[in-house]
Order: sequence, then C-alpha cells, then structure tokens
Amino acid sequence: MKHTLSVLLQNKPGALSRVTGLFSGRGFNIESLCVAETLDPRVSCMTLVTRGDDSIVEQITKQLHKLIDVIKVTDITEGEFVEREMVLIRVKAEANTRAEVLRVIDIFRGKVVDVSPTTYTVEITGPESKIKAVIDILRPIGIKEIVRTGTIAMARAPKN
Amino acid sequence: MSKITGSQAIIKCLQEEGVDTIFGFPGGAVIDLYDELLDSDIKHVLVRHEQGAVHAADGYARATGKVGVALLTSGPGATNGVTAIATAYMDSIPVVVFTGQVPRALIGNDAFQEVDIVGITRPCTKHNYLVSDPNELVATIREAFYLASSGRPGPVLIDLPKDVVASMMSFPERKPIKMKTYQPTVDPHPGQVEKACKACLKAKRPVLYIGGGVILSNANKELTELAEKLSVPVAMTLMGLGGFPGTNPLSLGMLGMHGSYASNMAVAKSDLLIAVGARFDDRVTGRLDAFAPHAEIIHIDIDPTSISKNVDVDIPIVADCKHALRAMNSWFDDSKEFEQKAMREKHQPWLDQVRQWDEKHPLTYRDEGDIIKPQYVIEVLNKLTGGDAIITTEVGQNQMWAAQFYKFNEPRRLLTSGGLGTMGYGLPAAIGAKLAFPDKTVIDVAGDGSIQMNIQELATARQYNAPVKVAILNNGYLGMVRQWQELFYNKRYSATVMEITPDFVELAKAYGAVGLRATKKDEVEPVIQEALATDKLVIMDFAVSREEGVFPMVPAGKATTEMLLV
Repeated sequence: MKHTLSVLLQNKPGALSRVTGLFSGRGFNIESLCVAETLDPRVSCMTLVTRGDDSIVEQITKQLHKLIDVIKVTDITEGEFVEREMVLIRVKAEANTRAEVLRVIDIFRGKVVDVSPTTYTVEITGPESKIKAVIDILRPIGIKEIVRTGTIAMARAPKN
Repeated sequence: MSKITGSQAIIKCLQEEGVDTIFGFPGGAVIDLYDELLDSDIKHVLVRHEQGAVHAADGYARATGKVGVALLTSGPGATNGVTAIATAYMDSIPVVVFTGQVPRALIGNDAFQEVDIVGITRPCTKHNYLVSDPNELVATIREAFYLASSGRPGPVLIDLPKDVVASMMSFPERKPIKMKTYQPTVDPHPGQVEKACKACLKAKRPVLYIGGGVILSNANKELTELAEKLSVPVAMTLMGLGGFPGTNPLSLGMLGMHGSYASNMAVAKSDLLIAVGARFDDRVTGRLDAFAPHAEIIHIDIDPTSISKNVDVDIPIVADCKHALRAMNSWFDDSKEFEQKAMREKHQPWLDQVRQWDEKHPLTYRDEGDIIKPQYVIEVLNKLTGGDAIITTEVGQNQMWAAQFYKFNEPRRLLTSGGLGTMGYGLPAAIGAKLAFPDKTVIDVAGDGSIQMNIQELATARQYNAPVKVAILNNGYLGMVRQWQELFYNKRYSATVMEITPDFVELAKAYGAVGLRATKKDEVEPVIQEALATDKLVIMDFAVSREEGVFPMVPAGKATTEMLLV
C-alpha cells in the first residue's frame, strides 16, 4: 500500500543523504521525494512516498526516527490530507494539434508557460492521479519531454 | 575569554570526558593534534594498523563500559578503520573515532589522502560529523560522546579538517546536553510493565532470552534477580553471555545456530519468551516461522526499531533494560498475586523438562586419545583461569567453542564480534581490554586463519606492555567455512586450506613474545599453566584435530529444533 510520509529534519549537509541511504541500505523503496526548507531555515520538510505493508512502513517510520537529524515523522496517509504534484510537459504543438493541446490543458486547469514554433510547454498541478490522466491524454499527441516534481502533501487542518 | 587552538580544545574535551587512553596512528592531517598530545597526560597507543586502533578502542569500551576513543589520519587511515567501526556499530559499542581531513579549502578536490569518510561511514555509525566551523568543534565533540554512550550506544565519527584543528577558538563552558531530535526512552511505560508481569504470572513454560543489551545497560544483577525470583531458565545470545551467570542452574547457555540443545528446545516449546536487549538475529532464530511458535513474546529494548523487526512482539517495552527489569522486579515485590515459592513449584515441571533436554544432549565432544580437541583447550582455559579471565575471540569455530565451553559468570568478560563477525578482532580488542585492566588475565582465543588478520598488533602489545595471551586453535583450515563445505558442499574445500601458516612459536619470538606449542592432549595443561604463570606476551599454538566441527549446529534456514548433534 502507498504511504506518504512527512519528515521534518535538520537542514544540515548530509541529512538528505542519511535518509536516502537508509532507504537504499535497508531495501525500502522510494516512489518520490520532495524536500525544501520550512519557515524555520534550520529545518527542512521532506515528503516521501513509499510502498509497503504495515510492518514495513512501521519499520521505515522507526528507522527514520532513529536518524539523529530527523525531528518528526508523520504518516499522513493515516488521516485526511491534501497532496499536490506539478509537472512540466513539452508537447508537440503544430498547426493541426495546437487547438487540441490548448483544450486539454484548459480542462485540466493547466497553463502554457513556454512556446516554440513546434511545441508548447505546459504546467499542470494536482494529485498524482490527475498528473497521470493528463499524461495519458497528451501522450498520443506527442510528448517531447516531461519533468515532475514528485508529491508534496499536508495533513488537513482540524475542522473545529 | 582567551582563545586556544583546536588541538588544545580536543584534548580538553577528552579530559572532560575522563578519557585516559586513546588508540591511533598519525598522519599529515592529524599532525597538529599529535603534537599537542605529547604535552597532555592522555596515553596514546600507537597501533600497527588503523583497524587495530578502533578494535582496541572497542575492546577497551566493552571491557570497561566507558567510551573508547580512536584517532586516525585522513584517507587510508580513515578507510582502514571502517571495518572496525562497522564492528562496533553492529554490536552497539560506544566508540568515538576522530579522523583527520584535508583543509576545508581542499575538500572535494581529490586532495592527497582525501576521502569522504563521513559519506563512507554514514551507514555504519550511530552518527557522524564533519566539523566545518571551528566554533562548533567543542559542542560537536561533547555531543558525540553523549550520542555514543547514551540510548542504544554506538560508534560516532568526527571528521576534523586540518585547518579547523589549527584554528583559534574559545572553549565554552560545559552544560548538560539536550537534543531536540534525540531523546531515548529510558524508563519503561508502567502499563506495559504491568502487562508483561501479568503475562509472567500466567506462563507455564517461560524462557528469558537475553542479549548484549543486558550487558550494555549493566543490568545483569536485575536480570539475575528476575530469573531467580520467577524461576525462569535463561538462554543467552553470543552477545549476552555473562549477562547471567553461566554456572547458575537456570542458565541454558547460548541459543541459536550453535546454541545448546536445551536452549533451542526450551525456546521452541516455551509459552512465554521474555526477550531482553536482544534483536532476534537470524543466527538466533533460524527459520522465523518456527521460532518460539507457541510463545507470547515480551520484548524489552531501548531501540524501537528492534521491536517487531523480525518477529512480531506481543508486549513491547521500549526502555533501558536495567530500568525495565527493575520495574518488573518491584512490580512482583509489590504484587499480592505473586509468591516466589509457589512460582517455583509451578515452574518445576518445566525446569525438569529443560534439565532432561540438557541431560539428553549436553554440550560435549568426542575425546580421541592423544589428539587435542579444541573444546578441551577451552575447558582447560576455563579451569585454570577460574572462569574469570577476559576472553576475546576471533571469528569462526574458535569463537563458537569459546562461547560454548568457557563459562562466563560476569558481564564484560567475553569480547567478541557478534554482529559483523570480524576476523582479526580478538587481538587488538584484547590489547584494549588489557590496558584497561592490567591486573586481569586477557586471552585471545584465535584460529590460525583469523589471527593473521591483525597479527601485526603483537608489536603494539609489546610496546605498551599489554601481555595478553593468544591461544591459537590451529587446524590448518579456515575452519568454520570448511565445516560448511564438509556438511553442505560435499567436502569440496574451496580456498579453506591454509597450506602455509607461519611457525607461530618462532613468530612469537620474532616479536619478543613467548611462543609455546602443544601437539598432544597432555601438553595442553602445562602450556596454559606456563602461559598464565609468565607476565609476558604469549602465543600458544595448539595443534588441534583438523576436521573438528562445532556442534550442535542449526543449518542456515532451518528451524532451531533441527539441530545437527555431536
């Protein structure tokens, strides 16, 4: 099962490498990894998507906690959360396909961020399922290049 | 505040931590620090290979319970230490390793003797540091000692760029260390303690399964109290030997791959397994689904990652073993439901059953007249030292025979590379232990193969007057691998025959040590007597039966009840 972990860690050289080394060394898989500074520049927040049964994810969580640079680990899949990923797609946009590309990205609430005589570069944001859907639709038109950020996620705020 | 050099600050930090002895090997990157060492009262032990430095620091740490310290230069000095750092990591031994590094401006330039040792040792240290700001040096060293010795202990490495060590800095006052990201749970959860104690009251066939954590947390007294209070037999891992007296009637000896028949049967038939400071290693459990299949499992460990890693645990207690055992003991003392005598009577049938297993297949070997059996050598060592020597081992058959046939009644008497299984550990570790306890007999039980992995440290032992006794069980083979080849590879002895070994008696002489040899059984006792009588460094070369095997043996991947016996 897919789990999205939110990891707060010290913003120190080597901290990221400790996390990735842990995953490769212990044979855990990483589907995506996103990391950047938080409001406190001494702390980074990492969103890490992994797959495994409950005992593996429990072991991953404990092992992450054990790293001295790690402050907090939350399996946000356990509650309600929002997740977003951004993708940049350079898609073929010639006379006969331009209009269709524009229509598709409009449906997905994307936008064109760069134009060349034969291509559009479009930006789409959404959960992973939406990114997958837009890729599937643009693929037959001709995707030249694609860059994805990986998922970032946040637990939802309490309702009361 | 007046400023001091980085070297001076490091020495002051070591003095603050009560370090009296360090093990190391100099080089360009640490030459400033070595210069400062000359004017300090800290004893520096010059080893002959950096692996030996870290093993010696590790042996010193295991024997004393204090943090061991090693000092290595950059590049090859640091990489030579890696095997020994990994050894300490696998066995959770508190060691602080200082490595030199090229000046900050050269880092990343492939400078002479530059290596990314922080990157290399990340997976085999508890934590490590590259000190890139002189103002952080003192705080880093203090934190390193705290990390190495607290929680689940382990090695910590500090990489010191040469220009940082040469900088001027202030020496801040020492304050208690508080780390936001590191707060080991020392005290057990009272609710979990109660659950565990209630499970003990219910059990009919309980077994204590204890590991190195009992020794690391100095919990042997509390453990013995619990075992005797509840009349529970005690099985020990290799790392746990000495955590409970080996001659106590409740002792089952070692369990696992080369454990006693009684210990493996007891675990397999138990209805309650009380694991204390042990980690369900594959050498202990054998085939996982057949390990303690009928037992409810209590697991006390300070490291949450050890719990339910290999085997699902019913009642976890995350705590320091000493604190948890103390809490359990006082729960029973205060409980109205518990009565020691009634408990003893309730467990008597189980204890009888365990004794029957032990009588049916005791730890034993076949005597063959004049031929020296390696097990016999260990028995004589045990007899002539009254079971009170510090025993270090190399790795392989020598290690298993020492574990089986020497009776460890005290903790910190067996120093052995359990997790990593590092050949070449025993001699440098013995030197570390001997320097910590000059009045104690320290014996390295070795094989003719593994002794050669760090034999150069004989010179260190001589130079620093560490007269350890090396007992080589010489069978001309890499015996443990040979045993596997005999049992599982049709006796195809691929690369396990030591066709050339040095004449160890002459070799001893070359190092200025005493060399003794026994080739017949009746020579064993006089040789050991002579070795123990002299205050010199001794190598004893025992020509033992060549194809002797270690038994019982649970073949890898089999259930622990499927033992091959003598």
